[in-house]
Amino acid sequence: MIGFLQNIGRAALGFLAAFGRITLFTANAVRWTCLPPYYMRQFSRQVLDIGYFSLPVVGLTTLFSGMVLALQSYTGFARFSAEDTVATVVVLSVTRELGPVLAGLMVAGRIGASMAAEIGTMRVTDQIDALDTLSTRPMQYLVAPRILAGTICLPFLVLIGDLIGVFGGYIVGVYRLGFNPSIYLSRTLEYLEFSDVTLGLIKAAVFGFLIALMGCYHGYNSGRGAEGVGRATTNAVVSSSILILISNYLVTALFFG
Amino acid sequence: MAKKTDTGITDKGSKTTVPKIEMRDVVKSFGGKHVLKGIDLAVNAEESLALIGTSGCGKSITLKCLLGLITADGGSIKVDGTEILGTDRKTLEGMRRRFGMTFQFGALFDSLPIWENVTFRLRQQQKMNRADARDLAVDTITQLGLSRQVTDQYPAELSGGMQKRVALARAIADKPEILLFDEPTSGLDPITGGVIDRLIIDAVKRLGATAMTISHDMASVRRIADKVAMIHNGVIIWCGSVEKMDDTGVPEVDQFVHGRAEGPLTTAAKEEARRG
Repeated sequence: MIGFLQNIGRAALGFLAAFGRITLFTANAVRWTCLPPYYMRQFSRQVLDIGYFSLPVVGLTTLFSGMVLALQSYTGFARFSAEDTVATVVVLSVTRELGPVLAGLMVAGRIGASMAAEIGTMRVTDQIDALDTLSTRPMQYLVAPRILAGTICLPFLVLIGDLIGVFGGYIVGVYRLGFNPSIYLSRTLEYLEFSDVTLGLIKAAVFGFLIALMGCYHGYNSGRGAEGVGRATTNAVVSSSILILISNYLVTALFFG
Repeated sequence: MAKKTDTGITDKGSKTTVPKIEMRDVVKSFGGKHVLKGIDLAVNAEESLALIGTSGCGKSITLKCLLGLITADGGSIKVDGTEILGTDRKTLEGMRRRFGMTFQFGALFDSLPIWENVTFRLRQQQKMNRADARDLAVDTITQLGLSRQVTDQYPAELSGGMQKRVALARAIADKPEILLFDEPTSGLDPITGGVIDRLIIDAVKRLGATAMTISHDMASVRRIADKVAMIHNGVIIWCGSVEKMDDTGVPEVDQFVHGRAEGPLTTAAKEEARRG
């Protein structure tokens, strides 16, 4: 019994310690993001990596999600003669939920992992210590540009993903389900509100921040050797994916609670 | 005449010049494991000290404590008489500008070409323009025997020996007062190791720098060092001139210097392994 309680206590302390470390890291990262010097070249490189090179994977994901959504919702709504609502359901689902969440999860897999692996490798090969000896703060040089780029790029990615997702729904609606193109388009825009899109973009910014934060945190605190970097990469993807799902609920509840 | 202890620290009260680097009773633990148990060490200006000891004895930790990359738990670390342990971050960063360091595996930045690696600090801190930085990088790496074509290559494209030379070029590019070398010849063949040693000797002499080198390579130690200090069990057990290294009268040092398989270090290692 005592052993059991000890284990619970140890786990609770471990959790609190990890929470404290992440909180301190976040506070430091935000602080150094705001303070000069700003490493514009690092930032541009991250914008290219997160924004531009993630476009194909996000585009494909949202395209097929929009297409599947149109097919599935048609099947369901046809049972109570509500087929007209397919376009509205597709646009609202994509902009409010599917676009940000799917893009977030895909970017978490792609970028979160690569950030953790790159920074983790820098940690185990002493490149982070070398930065310090060269009078450059690693938090400012490595972490701040990534967090800023993640937070800025993901909303743009999601916006493009939304358009592609809605276009996927349109393709299926018009060419597979036989909707009139102009009616489908007018239905798409009729019930769409500005807040639907902005909510999705706010979520995207939060997800972008969390993905970059987790990638940097796990890379920065990577264990020694290839195993340490591997574990950091896995932890970055898993933790950012879980945080995306949790924050998705929290942001939705905050705005529409 | 100043009296010196075996660690090279000048006794308090005597009128002598302040050592360039002075570490007194520096301690550091990791999770209950005492790695440094009281390091006492002094290096005078323009002196070259080699730090030797078995793997895992705390040599790299000592250098990292000196640079503030790891914060020592206690003791005193002074550079030119100024305490740096417990100082604020800004002072520490200012102090680091006086240091150049090479790491065991080079620690070159993979994402940057060689010329940007070499001039990293000058570009980031002193905002040196691109053209000047390239020229300086070419000058520095050609002085170290590399061809100018290397400047646009990336670290992954270079051999281990070339990477060590680039790391040395990066350490000396902005003419630091103190140079720290962490195993500069490890993993290199004897000829390349000898070349690196000669480059280190030249660079230290040309800059008039104070140097601290971690090495397991006794041939290298004999070439580059004026003074040798050995760490064992977290303390300096011997410190003296390189000429006296062969006959110190300290069994651990003699075993290490002569590379004997049997001796007190082996017994201690076995004992530690037995204790787990």
